[in-house]
Amino acid sequence: MSRIKNKFQDLRSKNQKALIAYVMAGFPSEKGTISAVRGLTKGGADIIELGMPFSDPLADGPVIQNAGFQALQKGMNFEKFLAIVKKIRKETDIPLVLMTYTNLLYRHGYEKFISIVKSVGIDGLILPDMPIDESGDFLKAARKYKMDTIFLISPNTSSERIKKIASTSSGFLYLVSVFGTTGGQQQFQNYTTHAIKNAKKILVGKIPLGVGFGVSNPDQAKFIIKSGADAIIVGSAFLRLMENTTVEKIEGKIEHFTKSLKKATISE
Amino acid sequence: MKLKYPKNGKFGEFGGRYIPETLVPAVEELEQAYLKYKDDADFKKELHYYLTQYAGRPTPLYFAENLTKIAGGAKIYLKREDLLHGGAHKINNTLGQGLLAKRMKKKRIIAETGAGQHGVATAMACSALGLDGEVYMGYKDTQRQKLNVFRMNLLGSKVHPVKEGTQTLKDAINEAIRDWITNVKTTYYLLGSAVGPHPYPVMVRDFQSVIGNEILTQMKKLEKKSPDSVIACVGGGSNAIGTFYPLIDENTKMFGIEAGGEGVKSGHHSATLVGGSKGILHGMLTYLLQDKEGQISETHSISAGLDYPGVGPEHSYLKDAKRVKYDAVNDKEAVEAFLLLSKHEGIIPALESSHAIAYAVKMAKNMPKSESIVVTLSGRGDKDVEEVGRYLNKNVKNKK
Repeated sequence: MSRIKNKFQDLRSKNQKALIAYVMAGFPSEKGTISAVRGLTKGGADIIELGMPFSDPLADGPVIQNAGFQALQKGMNFEKFLAIVKKIRKETDIPLVLMTYTNLLYRHGYEKFISIVKSVGIDGLILPDMPIDESGDFLKAARKYKMDTIFLISPNTSSERIKKIASTSSGFLYLVSVFGTTGGQQQFQNYTTHAIKNAKKILVGKIPLGVGFGVSNPDQAKFIIKSGADAIIVGSAFLRLMENTTVEKIEGKIEHFTKSLKKATISE
Repeated sequence: MKLKYPKNGKFGEFGGRYIPETLVPAVEELEQAYLKYKDDADFKKELHYYLTQYAGRPTPLYFAENLTKIAGGAKIYLKREDLLHGGAHKINNTLGQGLLAKRMKKKRIIAETGAGQHGVATAMACSALGLDGEVYMGYKDTQRQKLNVFRMNLLGSKVHPVKEGTQTLKDAINEAIRDWITNVKTTYYLLGSAVGPHPYPVMVRDFQSVIGNEILTQMKKLEKKSPDSVIACVGGGSNAIGTFYPLIDENTKMFGIEAGGEGVKSGHHSATLVGGSKGILHGMLTYLLQDKEGQISETHSISAGLDYPGVGPEHSYLKDAKRVKYDAVNDKEAVEAFLLLSKHEGIIPALESSHAIAYAVKMAKNMPKSESIVVTLSGRGDKDVEEVGRYLNKNVKNKK
C-alpha cells in the first residue's frame, strides 16, 4: 500500500483529518527547505507537498510565484531537488508529494522522470496543468512505478467529470477551493462549502478529498473540515512565514504554526 | 494534407489542452460557442460588416516595384495588413472573438499583448462592440512600446503592466490566464495569437485566414495563378497561419520567418521552430525555447511582437510535416529591411513584418523574374520608429 493511502487509513482510525503542507524546494534555500520540513514533521503535518519551481507557474499566486522565482535564481534544479528529497528521506517516512508543472516531466520523458523521483522517495505527483484528458502517457508511466496521481477538481467541475477524475486519481483528490490561483483568501464563500459537500457525495468515501488554495489559518482550516474535507492543504501561508525569517528560526516558526493548523484537524 | 479541424484538439501530437481544471469548462464552453457560430449566417454577416466597414477589408495586394528592382529577381507583392484599422492584422481576430464573446454574454474581456498591437486591436474591438477591455502587457514591453500603451488607454481599455518573470509577452499571457482562472464565469479571454489551449489555435487561424483567402483571389486576378511563394513572420504565428492555411493545398512554397535576434547561435533570439525543442507551455504542446530541464528560456528580439518562447501548435505540425520552411532573420537584417522599405516604397513596416521583408529580398534575388512572392506585411511600423532610432544610435556608437 502507498504511504499516502496508509496515512489516511491511520488517520481515519484515530478519527483525525489530514494536514497537508506545501513548501517550495530551494526556498528560501536548500537548507531552509530541510529546516521547514523538520518543523512540519515535528508540528504534526501528515503529508508534505514539495514544490519544484517552474519558470511559468500559471496556476500560482504571487507568494508561490515569488518563492519559485527565488529558488530558480539560486540555482535550484532537478539534481538539487533529488538531493533535498534524499536528505528528507533519511529523517522521516512522511508521505511526500511532488507538485510541479507538466513541462518538467515532459522534457525528461514521463517515465524517466517518474522512475527517478520514485526511487528517491516521492510518493505522489500533482500537476496543476495536466487535466485527465491529456494524461494518457503520464498515467501509464505513473502506474508502472506505482506513483500516486493526484488530480485536481474545481468548484465548476461537473459531477460527471468529478467521477471520471476521481477514478483516475490515487492517494487523494485535490479540490481547488476557490476560483483563483494559490494564496490567501479573506473569507470563503458559500460556493466552496457547496463544492466540498457535492464532491464528498460523489466520492462516497472511495478516495479522500483534500481541499486547498487559500487555506491560510486555523479558522479557515476548521471551516473547510466542517464542510466535509478529509484534508486541508496549506501552502502560501507557510511560505509567507519563511519569507523574512533566518534559516535558524524557520524550523521553530514552522513547527509552531503547523501545530495550530493540526489542531484544527482533530475533532474535539 | 489540409487539416480541416484538429482531432481531439490536436495537430498531430501538437496542441491539446494542458490547463488548470478550472479552465476546462471555460474552453469547452468556448469551443461549443465557436462551433455554433462560425458558420452561422448572422454571425458571418456581422463579422463581414465590421471587417469591411470598420477595419477596412479587403486590404490591397501591392506590387512593390521598387523593392522588386532592388532585389532583382522574382516579383514581390505586399499583402497590406498594415493598412487595416489599428495598423495590424490583429483586428481580424479581435473583431471575430469580440462578436463571439458578445454572443456568449461575456462583457468583460481580457487580453495579453506583446508589442501592443493585439492590445490596441482588442481595445478597438471592445470600444466598437460595447465591451470592457483589460490588457496585460509585460512591463518591459510597456517601456519599449509606450505609444501603444497610450493608445489603449485612449481607446478606453485598462493596461496592467506585468512585472513578473521576464516582463514580456509570455508573462503577460501567464497573468491573463491567472485572471481568467479567477474570473472565469464573467470573463472572456481574447487571445491574440494562434497559441494556447484548443480551440484558440484553430479559432484564431480561422479568423486570420481572411488574409490567405484574399491573397489567393487577388493573385489569381493579378498573375492568373496562386503565388509561387509566400512569406510571413512568426512569433506566436497568427498572421503566418492566416496566410498559409488557405494556400496549403496550392502549389505554393511557404516560409515562416522567426526572430533571430542577435543570431540563433548566440542564444539571444526568439526562433522557436528553428532552434527549439518540444514542450508544454500556455496550454499547448509545441516547440519551445527551454533549457534541458524544461525551464522556459529568456528570449530576445528587437521586435516585441516576436519576443515569445513558444509558437502556435499548427506551425510545429507544419514544420515537422515539412510543408512550411521556417527560418530566422536577425535584428540587424530586420532593421535594414525596415529602412529599405521605408525609403524605397514609402511604407514603414512593423519590425515584426520587417523580418519577412528581409527574407523576401534575399529570396527574390535567386528566383526568376517570372515568379512571384507574396509577403504578408502584418503591420505598420509607426510604433517602432523610436526602437529603431535607439538601435541605430547604439550601433553607430559601437562602431565608433
